[in-house]
Amino acid sequence: MSSFIFSFAALLFSPFLLSIINRTKAVLGGRKGAPLLQPYYDIIKLIQKGAVYSCTTTWVFKAGPAVGLAATIICVFIVPFGAHPAPFAFSGDFVLLAYLLGLSRFFTVSAALDTGSSFEGMGASREAAFSALAEPALFLALAAVARKTGELSLSGIFHAISAQGWGASSLPIALLTTTALLIIFLAENARIPVDDPNTHLELTMIHEVMVLDHGGMDLAFIQYGASLKLWVLGAILMGCLAPGRPDTSWLGGAAFMGGMCALSVLTGVIESSMARLRLVRVPQLLSGAGGLAALALILVMR
Amino acid sequence: MSDIKLARIKNAEPLSLDSLPILNTREFQDAVIASVAKGARLAALFGLPARIGKAVSASMDIVTIIAVLIRGDKGVTEVAGTEVKDSYPALTGHIVQAHLFEREIAEQWGVRPEGHPWLKPIRFHKGCRPGKDVWARPENEEISPGVTDFFRVEGEEVHEVAVGPVHAGIIEPGHFRFQCHGERVFHLEISLGYQHRGVENALINGPDKRSIHYIETLAGDTTAGHALAYCQAVEALCGHKISARAEEIRAIALELERCANHTGDLGALAGDVGFLPTASYCGALRGDFLNMTALICGNRFGRNLIRPGGVIFDLDGIKTDELMARLEKTFAGVKGAAGLLWETQSVIARFEDTGRLSKKMCRQLGLVGVAARACGVPLDIRSELPAGAYTKNRPAVCTFKTGDVYARAYIRWLEIERSFHFIKDRAENLAEDGAKAGMPVNPARNNSLVVSCVEGWRGEICHVAITGDDGRFVRYKVVDPSFHNWMGLQMALRNQQISDFPLCNKSFNLSYCGHDL
Repeated sequence: MSSFIFSFAALLFSPFLLSIINRTKAVLGGRKGAPLLQPYYDIIKLIQKGAVYSCTTTWVFKAGPAVGLAATIICVFIVPFGAHPAPFAFSGDFVLLAYLLGLSRFFTVSAALDTGSSFEGMGASREAAFSALAEPALFLALAAVARKTGELSLSGIFHAISAQGWGASSLPIALLTTTALLIIFLAENARIPVDDPNTHLELTMIHEVMVLDHGGMDLAFIQYGASLKLWVLGAILMGCLAPGRPDTSWLGGAAFMGGMCALSVLTGVIESSMARLRLVRVPQLLSGAGGLAALALILVMR
Repeated sequence: MSDIKLARIKNAEPLSLDSLPILNTREFQDAVIASVAKGARLAALFGLPARIGKAVSASMDIVTIIAVLIRGDKGVTEVAGTEVKDSYPALTGHIVQAHLFEREIAEQWGVRPEGHPWLKPIRFHKGCRPGKDVWARPENEEISPGVTDFFRVEGEEVHEVAVGPVHAGIIEPGHFRFQCHGERVFHLEISLGYQHRGVENALINGPDKRSIHYIETLAGDTTAGHALAYCQAVEALCGHKISARAEEIRAIALELERCANHTGDLGALAGDVGFLPTASYCGALRGDFLNMTALICGNRFGRNLIRPGGVIFDLDGIKTDELMARLEKTFAGVKGAAGLLWETQSVIARFEDTGRLSKKMCRQLGLVGVAARACGVPLDIRSELPAGAYTKNRPAVCTFKTGDVYARAYIRWLEIERSFHFIKDRAENLAEDGAKAGMPVNPARNNSLVVSCVEGWRGEICHVAITGDDGRFVRYKVVDPSFHNWMGLQMALRNQQISDFPLCNKSFNLSYCGHDL
């Protein structure tokens, strides 16, 4: 039962991570920043608005946000809350998780192509190209930790990691895996250095440009889905990092929540301290992440 | 010698029309080409529907084309004219930098430059000579901006991306066509004209009370620059000498405008690569510079400060102290914020080698201002054709050799630094001979021509005024630096990533309304 409560807490709490990132950026930029509940206000505002549909679009355009959100919500129930097992934990659940994210992406890309706009087509092509590089990196990283712990479900893996810890001998593996996962986390969530969530320049966008034509409820779904994705990938990264050895009590849950907040602050700091990469360099960064993860896997299999 | 055919005049020095050489078309072409070959650049090339002899006589059959060239090495401008009817051999084939001027002449006066390689309208308005239209468009047909043929690259994998005229963010309208192969840009064509207001026509029969207001709003961010160019022209025509103190206050306003815009640009460049610290701080610091202008005249953009005859607001001791205190503080802020840019590897990686223009290309296209100096071409009206306060104090010209976004950003920083020292030096040593403006009492000289150039923050601003028998303008030509530089942006984008376009665009930061007039 408690595992469901934790998952619902994740559903409720995830937009707050965006607030933390934005507040961190504001403070480091010498600004006051938006209210902490702004992402919630935005979602509520958008839900109350009507959507406008171009007559060139078909059902695919409308299905994009709904399928995208649905797939990401299922992911929240698969990803464990730190050492707490997820409500749905089974062998190979991380394969389902990766492909649910893939399904969500497939529909977002299809909806973007459905508009027939050259901007959205460009965004779709970039998203497809970059995710093709990010996905193997994610699998390799998860394969490394699965092999290390001998578990085949995310809940099992993270429980094992927090129970045993990484230990001094496997520190390189931990370092390689978490670095790869951090890069994937930043890339998949359209953060700097890969994408700039704040830009208004269509020609430079990756993720944002695909959703330019969505409005109202659809955009609310997309924004909420994005915050859930931030949670899911953040939770995988934090699960691998395993700060301390949290038990399965409420205190462990609180510690995990603190870890997620710290990750958001770190994201804000990264965004405040460096510029975006040139778009042609992004594949190099993502293949780099894949390389690190592959190295981790080799070290584990050794 | 061919260059003897061109009349040489100084910046803001009137020339009687009977001393203006009117050559035949062949001589005119040879003289202009020879002058450009000697290192001159075309500052203006425009027509007026009149014959120019001892006086100006309006005519609907004859268009007189006047060329204004700047010879920086000699510190003079060279002018000459020629009379044409409905067509003449284009200069563009010999001098690339004439291409947009000739398109403008074709559009305004219905005169065809024969052999122009890409003769299209630039502002999409009706011609000023009824019945004469180079493109034979029907009289009653409405002309819409952007409706024209565009350069196209054909091929299965080539695609076209159209951006604008409505853009994201608060910027002016303009239409951009990219011919892309994947992420790579083969060619960019920019089509403007959405902001055309007919300012040049509205200025005819001036100078009057309204003229200065048209001038101050030619390009809102270059108020001081254009106002200064206009006042220099009017004062020259009226034979009015303004006080040294007024000249210095004008120069301070011009340099504050430069600092404010350059600071804003550095922030915007940082914003475009997603580097937040400089973006946030420069946004605020730009406001501080604007507020310094407001301290002098009560308007952040320097409106109602510069007027024919002097300046309306004086800088008294208290204001000067306040200005100096704010200037020091703001400059220290800009130094820090800009310093962060040069120290951050990820920023340099984005700036370097993006949107590179060669020195040769720059000279061919006749680029001016920051864009030219970033290519290593040392153009600066303040030292080439100094007028006013700059005759005694010429800020050193800053150049950089790489011609990329980094160079254009770094030039901006260098210029902020030099403008800071200039303002400080001028404000502390203001002449004591009164600054208040009164319209010049003398009427403007009749049948005269004056060329007035100012180095605005974007680059060289050139105003050419021609007066008729009654001493009123029969033609007032305005050339904003953006007019020269838009083509530079198009060429800088070749073989670049389309995702780098906003960054390149910001590194030029050209004016739409300054081009559209």
